Amino acid sequence: MTQYNKKAKIQQFMHYLLLIILTLFILIPFILGFWTSLLPTADISKGALWSSHISLDNYVTAVTQTPIIRYLFNSLIISIITMLAQIIFCSLSAYSFVFLKFKGRDLLFYVFLATMMLPFEAEVIPNFTTVRTLGLLNHYAVMIVPFLTSAFGTFMLRQSFLQIPGELKEAGDIEGLSHWQYYYKVVMPYSKISIYTLAAYSFLSSWNQYLWPMLTTFSDNFRPVQDGLRQLQSQESFNNWGMIQASAAIIIIPTLIALFFGQHYFKSGLNEGAIK
Amino acid sequence: MSIELSNISKTYNGSDFVLSDISVKIETGEFFAIVGPSGCGKSTLLRMIAGLIPITSGELKINDKDVTNLPPQERSLTMVFQNYALFPFLSVKDNVAFGLKARKMEKSEIDSRVINALELVNLSEYKERKPGELSGGQRQRVALARAIASDAKICLMDEPLSNLDAQLRNKMRSEIRELQQKLGLTLIYVTHDQVEAMTMADRIMVLNEAKTQQIDSASDIYDTPSNTFVAGFFGTPQMNLIPVTLHANSQSLNNESGLNFPNNHQLSKGKYLVGVRPNALSIDDSATVNNGLITTIEYLGTHSIVHVILDNSLEVLVETKSAEHLTTNQQITVNVTGKYYIFSEDGQSLLLTNGGYINDGKSSKEPKLQALF
Amino acid sequence: MMENQAKSQNFKLSSEKEKSNISLGYNPYAKDKLYALLFLGPSLLILAIFVFYPMLRTIYLSLFLTNNLGNPTVFVGIKNYLTLLTSSSYINSLIATLIYVIAVSILTIIIGLILAQAATKKVAGISFFRTIFSATMGVSVSVAAIFWLFIFNPSVGLLSQLFTALNLTPINWLTEPGWAMTAIVISTVWMNLGFTFLIFFGALQSVPYTLYEAAQIEGASKSYQFFHITLPMISPTIFFVSIITLIESFKSFGLIDLMTAGGPNNATNLLVYRIYQDAFLNGNYGLSSTESVILAVIIAIFTFIQFKVLEKRVTY
Repeated sequence: MTQYNKKAKIQQFMHYLLLIILTLFILIPFILGFWTSLLPTADISKGALWSSHISLDNYVTAVTQTPIIRYLFNSLIISIITMLAQIIFCSLSAYSFVFLKFKGRDLLFYVFLATMMLPFEAEVIPNFTTVRTLGLLNHYAVMIVPFLTSAFGTFMLRQSFLQIPGELKEAGDIEGLSHWQYYYKVVMPYSKISIYTLAAYSFLSSWNQYLWPMLTTFSDNFRPVQDGLRQLQSQESFNNWGMIQASAAIIIIPTLIALFFGQHYFKSGLNEGAIK
Repeated sequence: MSIELSNISKTYNGSDFVLSDISVKIETGEFFAIVGPSGCGKSTLLRMIAGLIPITSGELKINDKDVTNLPPQERSLTMVFQNYALFPFLSVKDNVAFGLKARKMEKSEIDSRVINALELVNLSEYKERKPGELSGGQRQRVALARAIASDAKICLMDEPLSNLDAQLRNKMRSEIRELQQKLGLTLIYVTHDQVEAMTMADRIMVLNEAKTQQIDSASDIYDTPSNTFVAGFFGTPQMNLIPVTLHANSQSLNNESGLNFPNNHQLSKGKYLVGVRPNALSIDDSATVNNGLITTIEYLGTHSIVHVILDNSLEVLVETKSAEHLTTNQQITVNVTGKYYIFSEDGQSLLLTNGGYINDGKSSKEPKLQALF
Repeated sequence: MMENQAKSQNFKLSSEKEKSNISLGYNPYAKDKLYALLFLGPSLLILAIFVFYPMLRTIYLSLFLTNNLGNPTVFVGIKNYLTLLTSSSYINSLIATLIYVIAVSILTIIIGLILAQAATKKVAGISFFRTIFSATMGVSVSVAAIFWLFIFNPSVGLLSQLFTALNLTPINWLTEPGWAMTAIVISTVWMNLGFTFLIFFGALQSVPYTLYEAAQIEGASKSYQFFHITLPMISPTIFFVSIITLIESFKSFGLIDLMTAGGPNNATNLLVYRIYQDAFLNGNYGLSSTESVILAVIIAIFTFIQFKVLEKRVTY
């Protein structure tokens, strides 16, 4: 019996060891980043990871002397609008593919699926010409309009809508609900979790856009954070490490907070929607 | 409210009929069951009555008004579904109120109807709960309450009890029946369970392979099944069906079937199917001439089911009050002591029944259906 | 107006049917076409303008020489393709991209699985570890680049200091071709882990516990259980993650732009970065379009293969 206990203890110890090693691998970049954001750049440049002067000075510098807050604000606007638009348009498209009967429905669905195979990165040249012609360059709209809908989001919500029991539609029909009513009274609340998942997904992908805003925005008034950081790196002397790390921290904190609160929905939603 | 179906058919491709030529008039306040095996079209028929699926041809009248082309909400009916169709994100109360709100009814009216309906199904104290927090039986009651609250006088039910365990099912059966009578509902009840249909319904429509097989009361269906399908579908265990070939007119059934029949019919020569329910057979273990061998005995408490292989190697089931004196591998004699049925060779029509138990040589009941001759 | 049209059409339909003596019945789908137009229209329009048209336009441009505004000038047929496929520089880019994609995918899946497996065991404080493991999901590309640039920095970086402390010659991570690729791969894998962990963790949770109980009764070892129960049960998820990771890696741009800018010596000049360089830095839109088409074809092929594999092999 004690033999058995001893073995279990060793196993448990090994397990914690594994967990801690993995944690270190994941966390070191974070810790190092946050830590150095508190150190004076002069000390960091000497290769020191300790300083007698630990302060939030870098944050003050970043906020007062760079447009980092403006970048954050821009990204927030762009990401929120994109997210809302995708929730609406993806859910309406998914609704059509699940609950409407019309000629060519399956063909259209394959067309949607096919767009998932076409990388946006391979289409930037004509898209650039298009937004230039539409006069959208260097404006919020240029980062929102092309992403108002998403084939992936439609696909994910379709999978989720397919799980709604057909009887609910029949119950709605008996009461004479129109498609529009069934959509917002039943389908949307029923698929709440998938909707949250899509919300988180579309918010994050918009937030993480890099190439497209880099090509289409030229002023700090509209530039989102990702490209803002790039701008800071090229403008400031690349070696102002403390300030750069502080900017990175400012940017990452909102997403980390959002992530930890949304984690539960993300987990269940992704597994339900995407894989089945 | 009465419901009249005239020559209703359904096909999706124009040639294969899911339902073919269904006609029946269901009276106001009638409990009408539609029963049949899975895939017989019973759910489709119910959905056509509801207006969820378009009718290919034929006419549907509710209270003598043609509703064939009306959408569901204009047919003044309500429906209870197999999986209850409750909205998981709404409370019990809001589920019951769902249809009323959709119809833009006044709030005070909605409230009073919801309270009343929940009281009728004994769920008043659960009204704030979500369906996920209820047991299967309680969810079923919420679905019933929703139907009650709608105040429609026609209620369609699609296998509403099939997801409940046996005990609860028995309880709900009588509850539904009581509610139906209390509220004077015209109720169409779809089920694959013959017991449910027989115990609840005033009349039963038996559907198989897209066609009506028989429409009758439970006792008439049991006593006078119009074909072998109906005969086999009702009654547990199933009716024994024995193929016989008579080589001459008025030949005895005994030799051909391997059973002992009490009397002879004037059957013309040809092929027939003879149906005998297990409870219309009896076992004699003291006869000198035996006609079968016991293979299995199922003890069921009040009675036993004995599996017998007849000398002509057909298996028949016999229901007997006591099987204490019987053992497997015992040679015995099986006698026909109750009602039996003579069907045409293809099983499609009932030609003759002998009526009840015949000892004195005279038939107790005239066959309902016309015999061939 | 559209509604009226739909209605009159319907009316026509039913009157026609009545003539043929079959009543049409109430048709619950009568209005669906109109709804489909309303519901699908906006999405279709967006996809048409920003996905379908540009794809066709890209294919079209790939057959031309272009001026510096991106307009086609001289039709050259498949000459752009020939130029690329015979250019050793482009072939090198292709090879580098393949190495990058394969390394990233394999490492992401293996480490992701280890993380998920480690997080399934219910020990004290496990939810803390789970939260940490999913943390990189909240990291955007520019932040990841800054974190890792600092770690890989030759003078002040953590790794250099570690190497010096151990009396090893520090590696010039971002300026030596092989090491630059390694650095990019490590950073990408690190970024991918949060998402991958969450997906794998969810999949592991959904494997019925009775399977493991049955295996324990048979005396199967932990590793036997992992390879014969866990892996087969979550194989659909593994394929799903591998599709996503492969495709996303083919499209990598941000980390490269921020960390190496395609260098040193084009060692990390991956396909998308090349497209960007040729079009927006060199003004060679025709050639860039050709590269785009090749990228799209590669991604389409991979997606297709993966879907096929998914269809066939992913059965329990």
